[in-house]
Amino acid sequence: MATNRLERRILVTALIFISPVLIYNIIFRIVPIFVSLFLSFTKFSGFGEARLIGLGNYSRIVTDSQFWGAVLRTLQFSVEVLPLNMLISLLLALLVNTGIKGLSIFRAIYYLPVITPMVAASMIWLWLYDPQIGILNFLLSLFNIPPQNFLRSPATALHSIVAMRVWRGVGWNMLIYLAGLQGISKNLYEAASIDGASAFRRFMRITLPLLRPVHMYVLIVGLISTLQSFTEMYVMTGGGPLESTTTVGLLIYRSAFDYMEMGYASAMSFILGIIIMTLSVVSFLWRKEKEVAE
Amino acid sequence: MRLKKVRLIFLLFVAAIIMGSPFFWMVVSSLKPNAELFSWPPTFVPQRITFEHYTAALTTRGFERYFLNSTIVSLLSMAFNLVFCSLAGYAFARLDFPMKNFLFLLLLSTMMIPVQVTLIPTFLMVKSFPLVGGNNIFGQGGTGLLNTYAGLVVPHIMSVFGVFIMRQFYMQFPRELSEAARIDGAGELKIFGKIFLPLGKPAMSALAIFTFTQAWDDFLWPLVVTSDRSMRTLQLGLEVFKNRYTADWGPLMAATTVSIVPVIVIFLVFQRYFTDTALSSGIK
Repeated sequence: MATNRLERRILVTALIFISPVLIYNIIFRIVPIFVSLFLSFTKFSGFGEARLIGLGNYSRIVTDSQFWGAVLRTLQFSVEVLPLNMLISLLLALLVNTGIKGLSIFRAIYYLPVITPMVAASMIWLWLYDPQIGILNFLLSLFNIPPQNFLRSPATALHSIVAMRVWRGVGWNMLIYLAGLQGISKNLYEAASIDGASAFRRFMRITLPLLRPVHMYVLIVGLISTLQSFTEMYVMTGGGPLESTTTVGLLIYRSAFDYMEMGYASAMSFILGIIIMTLSVVSFLWRKEKEVAE
Repeated sequence: MRLKKVRLIFLLFVAAIIMGSPFFWMVVSSLKPNAELFSWPPTFVPQRITFEHYTAALTTRGFERYFLNSTIVSLLSMAFNLVFCSLAGYAFARLDFPMKNFLFLLLLSTMMIPVQVTLIPTFLMVKSFPLVGGNNIFGQGGTGLLNTYAGLVVPHIMSVFGVFIMRQFYMQFPRELSEAARIDGAGELKIFGKIFLPLGKPAMSALAIFTFTQAWDDFLWPLVVTSDRSMRTLQLGLEVFKNRYTADWGPLMAATTVSIVPVIVIFLVFQRYFTDTALSSGIK
């Protein structure tokens, strides 16, 4: 009797505590998926009625070279950012995991770009990259390298944004790797040292394999966020020059809010969503399989 | 061994210089008079320090308003998240109820949904909120919550990541803590309010920083939901110092510095809690 009453009391409390978050996220995260799916079958300007046009938007997407160009460019952006980011953040984590006094100040400096707003980071790098009076071209001139156009040239614009994005992202992953490194038992290293394994070998045979879950986490989270890139492109290049930095995120924004083609934009966003979900699920399953195999 | 340590410190410094120099350059540039700012070769330490760019930036029409808007939106978002994420995180960590794991996974899975998918529907919902901004009861005819603080805050008020942080934090306490209190006859609200709410301070500090910075950073949503200049946030406001190919670099760097200061201050104040919680909740 008493336990029943207690259980009911706990249940009621739990319901009251979770329902705001649950209802809110259903309204603002889950319902929009269905609204978006519905809109993707319509022609809709944002005003008046949405007119059903069946698969019209999707058949238009199939032949839309601008869209697929943006998809490839977005993937290229992720493929360039993620390995660089993982490598540098792991190196930084190894550096700050050495137990030297006064490390927290270094850790704070490496972390500073992470808390810098994306717009601010973009503005700073816009200034560094200025072709005429930017500091980067001055530094290059010290090594007799001719001035670069950076964000103004289709050949270098995307890579230039990649550099900014890596700079801004490594501090966060450094923390994640640091947590992973601190979770590895010291005994393993001691045993390996006694057996005569060199530092490099210990790193390759112990550190890297044991960090595998961390690599996966960093990769998936990085993929989800880089595939949605928008702000840095909007601020630094506006998608140019010659569309060379137009990502899917930017394209969707432009069609929805500049050209008022909300139906078509919804269809594009749905495809982006499917790409992101598939990649996340595939990498998740791949990780599971590897764990089972071992 | 000594040599190894020297090499290590050298590497730490090199990395710090690379990571920190963009900030150094931003601040240096914001303090140089124009003549020096555009001189070639550039000077690494200002010959003469001037605050004219800060004066110019801060007195630019609307700048104060942008700053105020960002502050209001970020503080509101922080307050909502602190209340609702701790409630839900606590319930998911320490109370038993049916379908608990399913509901938690459902919430977590929403983090995978790209912002672009929810952007247009959220915009339409905010625009057609009934009976405000000239809308009728069906949400038609007016602008709804566009260009309002409510509209700016609404996508940020109950972060799933926030729920996750709070849940991870509350999971670490032994079950006996709640059970002992129940045996003593304490009600559920009392157990939360008197025991767990005070214990949650470190995680709530992290949540405060996280949600404040996220709202402060946001660019895409304010861009979509505000058209009225007086409702724009600081992130959008920085655009006034720049046009397609060039920028008013002195005032822009001054304004950028000003836009970073609040998040740095908040971060420094709560840093200890923040990194600890990020480390413990990030991954297992």
